[in-house]
Amino acid sequence: MNLLIKNGRVIDPSQAFDAVADVLISDGEIKAVGFDLGEADEVFDATGLVVAPGFVDIHVHGRTPGQEYKEDTTTLSAAAAASGFTTICVMPNTAPTIDCRSVVEDVLSRARTEGNGVRILPIASVSIAAKNEQLTEFGELKEAGAVAVSDDAFPVQDADFLRRTFRYAKTLGLVTMLHCEDIALTGGGHAGVGKGGGVMNEGQVSLEMGLRGMPRVSEELAVYKACALARDEGARVHILHVSTKGGVDVVRAFKAIGAPVTAEAGPHHFALTDEAVRGYNTGAKMNPPLRTLVDCEAIIAGFVDGTIDCIATDHAPHAAREKDREFDAAPFGIIGLETSLPISLRTLVERGPLDLPSLVFLMSTRPAEVLEIDAGTLQPGARADVCAFDPNERWAVTPEVLRSKSKNTPWMGQTLTGRAKATWVAGKRVF
Amino acid sequence: MKRKHLLGLQDATREEIETWLETADAMREVLARPIKKTPALRGQSVCTLFFEPSTRTRASFEMAAKTMSADTSSLTVAASSVSKGETLKDTLLTLAAMGAKCFVIRHSSSGAPELAASYSGKFGFDFSVVNAGDGQHEHPTQGLLDMMTMREHKGQIEGLNVCIIGDLLHSRVARSNVFGLLTMGANLTLCGPHTLLPQEFSAMNVKMTTNADEAVEGADVVMTLRLQNERMNGAYLPSVREFARLYGINAQRLKRAKPDAILMHPGPINRGVEISDEVADGAQSVILNQVTNGVAVRMAVLYHLLGGNEGNE
Repeated sequence: MNLLIKNGRVIDPSQAFDAVADVLISDGEIKAVGFDLGEADEVFDATGLVVAPGFVDIHVHGRTPGQEYKEDTTTLSAAAAASGFTTICVMPNTAPTIDCRSVVEDVLSRARTEGNGVRILPIASVSIAAKNEQLTEFGELKEAGAVAVSDDAFPVQDADFLRRTFRYAKTLGLVTMLHCEDIALTGGGHAGVGKGGGVMNEGQVSLEMGLRGMPRVSEELAVYKACALARDEGARVHILHVSTKGGVDVVRAFKAIGAPVTAEAGPHHFALTDEAVRGYNTGAKMNPPLRTLVDCEAIIAGFVDGTIDCIATDHAPHAAREKDREFDAAPFGIIGLETSLPISLRTLVERGPLDLPSLVFLMSTRPAEVLEIDAGTLQPGARADVCAFDPNERWAVTPEVLRSKSKNTPWMGQTLTGRAKATWVAGKRVF
Repeated sequence: MKRKHLLGLQDATREEIETWLETADAMREVLARPIKKTPALRGQSVCTLFFEPSTRTRASFEMAAKTMSADTSSLTVAASSVSKGETLKDTLLTLAAMGAKCFVIRHSSSGAPELAASYSGKFGFDFSVVNAGDGQHEHPTQGLLDMMTMREHKGQIEGLNVCIIGDLLHSRVARSNVFGLLTMGANLTLCGPHTLLPQEFSAMNVKMTTNADEAVEGADVVMTLRLQNERMNGAYLPSVREFARLYGINAQRLKRAKPDAILMHPGPINRGVEISDEVADGAQSVILNQVTNGVAVRMAVLYHLLGGNEGNE
């Protein structure tokens, strides 16, 4: 059984390929990328489309197990496939926390039985129940299939605990993915929701709205702490969702001296500012919060010079009733999988400094490299994870069109440009 | 006036503010009559919904509504289903289903009145929402009654030198006054220590100073803000004593203002903290006058939202 994806603009940053060509897939693997590849059992006409290695999102809140009312494996994998993603890595803040083998196995087993084939790879918590008191069993977790460890949503504050986490993760060869926030400055972060903690960026808008702000320096300080410890320990550290110019500047400085750090940023953090919160729009409430134009520009500059390695959505589904609350009481987070491509296309390519191959690099090749996942390439022999998208198709974001179970997006109602048309995982069509 | 809700003064136009203030002046005359009753809101149902304690604002709204013959009801949160976890949405819709046409809402979360207003017209019930103080956001009727008081004593607001002293960071009274007074063309000076006076105010058309003597110099209106207990000793301020010394208004400091300057405070007063006894009870103090004007302003606001010949859909 083989498949020929014909006549698309094939972009594969892993081999610096960008030309109208064909992709031949056989037995779930890429056989060849090129011209005149012969006949196939099945042909997909990709004329007018971009054909790329499937997108990889290393920062997704899958919500399963425990919060299936926000998102379940079926809706999650459907949303991913329909948006060009073939691999997504899911964060451990589930109920229970992904902090032991059985929960890792549960996530993997649901992906097999309830998913559509999109790879769902679990990220384990750095600490038991995400309390940042006792490390989880990194060794067994890795063996069970965890691809990294993270403190997302419950940032480690204690520098000594962080240092030991890095040392232990290095022992097992795991990347530590960090949510960098000094919660003394933000009133508790996620733990401060409904308890008087900060709820948006501190600045002109928060002052006018009378909302408690989360100062930008709260991120910068925590990024500095993480990078300095990573440098000293030689441990692979990945900075999640960089949202501030200060954060970008610190990562750049530490990369310049060879510290083993990588960083990601989400489309909302380079495409929107805290102005989106006006009207007490809980659809624009997330942590880290939307910042300012200066920060958006710094993140985009960070993509250009490689300071920010990749795009990750921080897809964070919440039920409508949870967001339909007082701004203080609503949870942080927005969904991101289904808007990542069009928002990135518009902000970084159409109105920004990047070309299409650079965008594919940020959404596929580079995130796979960051977590050393076997994805993000169309090299012969690689698993045939492929997406075909139309960079010019316009579509309206409506609750009905979104496949995610939750609809909490700041782009609701808008018309966006750029849409996945077909997605294959290991050669099997999943969308 | 087409307005259905009063959520804040930030988006209020000068014409709207002038209309409210003129109507409030007329309402003050009603309140001075021997029989304080008008039929303007007869048959209207006004519900005060207070998620935070309050004495003067709640009493003032109820008095205003009753003077205009509205039916009033009030929900005290501790004794309601809210304490059983009922959402703002369900609480509102339940009361709307009973016939409430206007909600006067006080809430500890900034933006709660806007959320409440967003439900009007969506679930088969139409109602008005009046913000009676939301978190650290706005307290628009306080802003209006302050402007009414300034007008009463100074004739007009445009060109007045107004200084506001104290906790600008956490004060909803300050925000409503800043938005309203800037719209009306006053010259504003904001004063407090940097811990309570965010730099972001500098983007607005205001003067900022940390020196209270400088702030009061040449003022027509000196307004002090209540300092909440929880901010008194900690990292915002070292002590009440130090605050009183640096930012309290006493007779000596008040002498720097114009001789006919008026002294205002939204209450409740911390005597000896924001304001000394001698000036709180002195000839320049208009604090009780503010309270009286509060009823008139709330009558005017309810009248324009609910009654009269206009604005009632």
